[in-house]
Amino acid sequence: MATSSALGGSVRRREDPALIQGKGLYTDDYIPHGTAYVAFARSPYASATINSIDTSAAESADGVVAVFTADDVSHLGDLIAQVVVARGRPLMAGTKVKHVGEAVAMVVAESARQARDAVDLIDIDYDPHKAVIDMREAVKDEVLVHDDLESNTVVAWEAGPFGDEEAIAATKQTIADAKDRDDTVTVSIEAVNQRLIPVAIEPRSVVAEWDDGYQRFRVHTSSQVPHALMGAIKTTFGLNANQVHVTAPEVGGGFGVKLNVYNDEILTCFAAQKLDRPIKWTESRREAPGSSIQGRGWVGTATVVGTNDGEILGYELDVLSDMGAYEQNFTAAIPFLGLFVGSGQYKFPTHWKATCVFTNTMTTDAYRGAGRPEAAYYLERVIDAYAREIGVDPVEVRKKNFIDKFDEAVVSPIGFAIDTGDYSTNIDKLVEVSDYEALKAERDKAREEGRYVGIGVSAYCEVCGFAPTALSELGFSWATYGLPAGFYGTGLVRVNPDTSVTVITGTGPSGQGHQTSWAQLVSDRLGIPIEKIRVIHGDTEESPMGIGTFGSRSLAVDGAATFDAAERVARKAKNIAAHLLEASAEDIELDADGGHVVGSPDSTVPWDDIAAAAYLPHRLGESEIEGGLESHVVFDPPNATWPFGSHLAMVEVDAETGNVEILRYITVDDCGNVVNPMIVAGQVHGGITQGIGQAMFEEAVYDSDGNMLTGSLLDYPIPTAGDLPNFELSSTVTPTNINSLGAKGIGEAGTIGSAQTIVNAVVDALAPLGVKHVDMPLRPKRVWAAIQEARG
Amino acid sequence: MYPRSFDYVAPNTLAEAFNALGDNCKVMAGGMSLIPLMKMRLFTPGVVVDIGNLPDMDQITDEGDHIKVGALVRHGTTASDGLIAANAQALATAAALTGDVQVRNRGTTCGALAHADIAADQPAGALAADAVMVVESAGGSREVAASDFFVDSLTSACGPQEILTHIKIPKAGEDEGSAYDKLGRRGGHSDYAVAGAAAWVKKSNGSIEAARVALTGVGTKPQLAESVAEALVGTDGSDAAIEAAAQHAVDGVVVLEDLYGSEEYKTHLAKVYVGRAIKQAIANV
Repeated sequence: MATSSALGGSVRRREDPALIQGKGLYTDDYIPHGTAYVAFARSPYASATINSIDTSAAESADGVVAVFTADDVSHLGDLIAQVVVARGRPLMAGTKVKHVGEAVAMVVAESARQARDAVDLIDIDYDPHKAVIDMREAVKDEVLVHDDLESNTVVAWEAGPFGDEEAIAATKQTIADAKDRDDTVTVSIEAVNQRLIPVAIEPRSVVAEWDDGYQRFRVHTSSQVPHALMGAIKTTFGLNANQVHVTAPEVGGGFGVKLNVYNDEILTCFAAQKLDRPIKWTESRREAPGSSIQGRGWVGTATVVGTNDGEILGYELDVLSDMGAYEQNFTAAIPFLGLFVGSGQYKFPTHWKATCVFTNTMTTDAYRGAGRPEAAYYLERVIDAYAREIGVDPVEVRKKNFIDKFDEAVVSPIGFAIDTGDYSTNIDKLVEVSDYEALKAERDKAREEGRYVGIGVSAYCEVCGFAPTALSELGFSWATYGLPAGFYGTGLVRVNPDTSVTVITGTGPSGQGHQTSWAQLVSDRLGIPIEKIRVIHGDTEESPMGIGTFGSRSLAVDGAATFDAAERVARKAKNIAAHLLEASAEDIELDADGGHVVGSPDSTVPWDDIAAAAYLPHRLGESEIEGGLESHVVFDPPNATWPFGSHLAMVEVDAETGNVEILRYITVDDCGNVVNPMIVAGQVHGGITQGIGQAMFEEAVYDSDGNMLTGSLLDYPIPTAGDLPNFELSSTVTPTNINSLGAKGIGEAGTIGSAQTIVNAVVDALAPLGVKHVDMPLRPKRVWAAIQEARG
Repeated sequence: MYPRSFDYVAPNTLAEAFNALGDNCKVMAGGMSLIPLMKMRLFTPGVVVDIGNLPDMDQITDEGDHIKVGALVRHGTTASDGLIAANAQALATAAALTGDVQVRNRGTTCGALAHADIAADQPAGALAADAVMVVESAGGSREVAASDFFVDSLTSACGPQEILTHIKIPKAGEDEGSAYDKLGRRGGHSDYAVAGAAAWVKKSNGSIEAARVALTGVGTKPQLAESVAEALVGTDGSDAAIEAAAQHAVDGVVVLEDLYGSEEYKTHLAKVYVGRAIKQAIANV
């Protein structure tokens, strides 16, 4: 179809003109008449008993409308969360605080500044206790985060192959036997996958209105999951789903931090109902480390055993994962998401052990990749160390152990069925486009000159678009929110009487460009140009029950549903055209002008006539075609999608200072069929940037008392464009067979593939000195210390 | 993030500005450091005196024996000005490596000096240039040598009721050169200095006749590394001489550990960057 909106075309993002001109409406831009503003008093202690809270001075301060504490909201129960194994979060701390930044009191005032000023007037008397911050200490249970629980361990599990105790024992034995052999090499790495603070450019924000007449909530929020919030509100306040209307308008970045229902959202609704006026809370950058979830936070040992020529006979991972003080949406499930790709795209026996522990810190949860960057990091770091140990090229070692090309699902050694894969072709392309042999020669020449240049390679297989809905048995649904809906996709396509098209999707972008790519999908089926197609998203009242945007799921799941819905509308339009032309529907094709009989350009019925017939159904006569021109498809994919790829970095280390410079960054990603290459490239750019952020810059640091030392962007350096090299992107195309688009997700791939690529490159650069591992972030001080240690 | 309530005054003359200055006041030029600190409520001034409207302060002028840099000269201007480049390359480079392009378009060199952040770039450049700080108040004007100006972390010799109206940079001779280099917190030159050094040298007949070396990011304040200069003077400026002199980088300096470096690492970096800065300064002669 020769329109500008053809599938696979780099259509410019339709949302950008509004966004770059400051015309996009974000939650904080909504100021209903009479809005009052919230600010929270937050705990300065990581563990303390609250003896008393004196709110009297705050209550009489200028502009203050009300001050609420845990006593005022105890009837609402704890914050509802999807997967709570041991302890969820209270809406506000009552008798005890468990982490710095925990909400203790809530001020509502006429202005945001007055609310903030009044917070300083609340007198809270604390009795501090010893806190436990390091998960390696927490697991010893010498100090308990929750003294009414027996242990800090939330859950500990072993798996691989998944679930089956006998098979787990057999895998362990196989690996142990391989280690015992004289002709094998065993290599271990102990590594930290450090805690990160996700930084969306738009902080979280919520505006709640209570309609006392109709007994309804109207809520705007900066969320990836408005339906989940709708469910949490209706359940908390004892309402029906249709009494709660949640909209996520423009959302300025999510990255998983907005894949949560938060206590502040529920509390803002509480205040709106209680005070019967609109209430707004907008997070400040400074309070975010205590109010929004953090990511990663693993420490563990990865071990590979293999032959001297590169055949890996077994892989083991034993990790601790830091939950923070309370569980939220998917907290304890994040390591489990890593397990899905625990054996990557490899065929060797794999055994995983994960122990999830509470600490007196902010909750961790999904951050771009959510368990999968951690899984890929350990796997690809230790494979690299093994390759170095046996002196075989790291690309060769990987290729030797990849699962062979497949186009029907295969079950990975860890027990999950992967849709499609062609890993060797992918890494071969990386070798080709990077001119790997020339890069190695360049590196070796630099080494001869006394420079520390290194090349890092890694491969990854990820899983995204989590499905089918049967995963609800494992907790992947919105059932706890009172909405027993699994992770399916939903798309509604409606040709309006004037031939404009309205598309409603159950997901919503936080920067991914749905407004553009969804229009491309629909235009491809109908022929109607994207300029006439509007995409509605992130609205619980407009859209059919939706799930949200996370886990790189939107296109492969909701996009596929929308594509299928558009196909059904196209079929109906053809039927109408055939009826009007007195032709056969099989002979009709659609384009921007309307329906034509194939091969007879004069036999055309314009879209105006097709739409008019649909909405004036008497014109359809005896045809048995129903009126209207729309379709709603619910798509429950048979499997998740499993994208993959290979990354290469070339770096130079200044051995005198430890400074790392990235010279080249080259990727070959495979996300199957591509709807909009420019948007995919943007996703990969952002993903790599966040992976490099973890590799080089970012680290959430608490001191031993649990004070957050990196609570502002002054001390939490996120990468900027100036800190990054030019990214050189290529791709291979291995379509999935689980949806009609053949598309896999790409939102997290860049992050999942990149951190270990950088570390591998730096270790390669320093290999002549004998450096075997450096923990992230690779700040100069750490690289320098590793060099000093290696030099003795 | 909301600052505490404060009054805001934007005088049109220096006299009005002095009149507005009281005890709990802060002078604001570009506001690039002050405003974030106020929003974090680490600074809570009762009055902010915005000197942005004061006339004729955004100029860099040739005053014969020195260069005058006014209170409203932006970092970006300092970085790109020909007079500064010719006479105080270290300060020009330090200005070029300050913040990001938005900060450089708004923040001022004098503001950065008066703010006296322990990891800021331009104090080191001013120290190496032997700049003179001209501090004025209702009571008159006084001159403070750069080496006396930086008192402690976020504390300069500019008092609460004074304004750093301009600095005076001595003209450089043919046989003089200076340079600044640092490791930034984000690696490379990006962000505040983990450690940075500025050096100025005067050569005579193939040897170093005079030198000044300044450190930033390392100690409790931007400061001169006097023992380095002493060790360097009289040498031929060879790599060996520079390295030997650089070993004195932290003599008498209380090295502060932070998220970006241990005491050992910062001590090491101070020596590395002192060495690099001196080498470049000699090359810049």
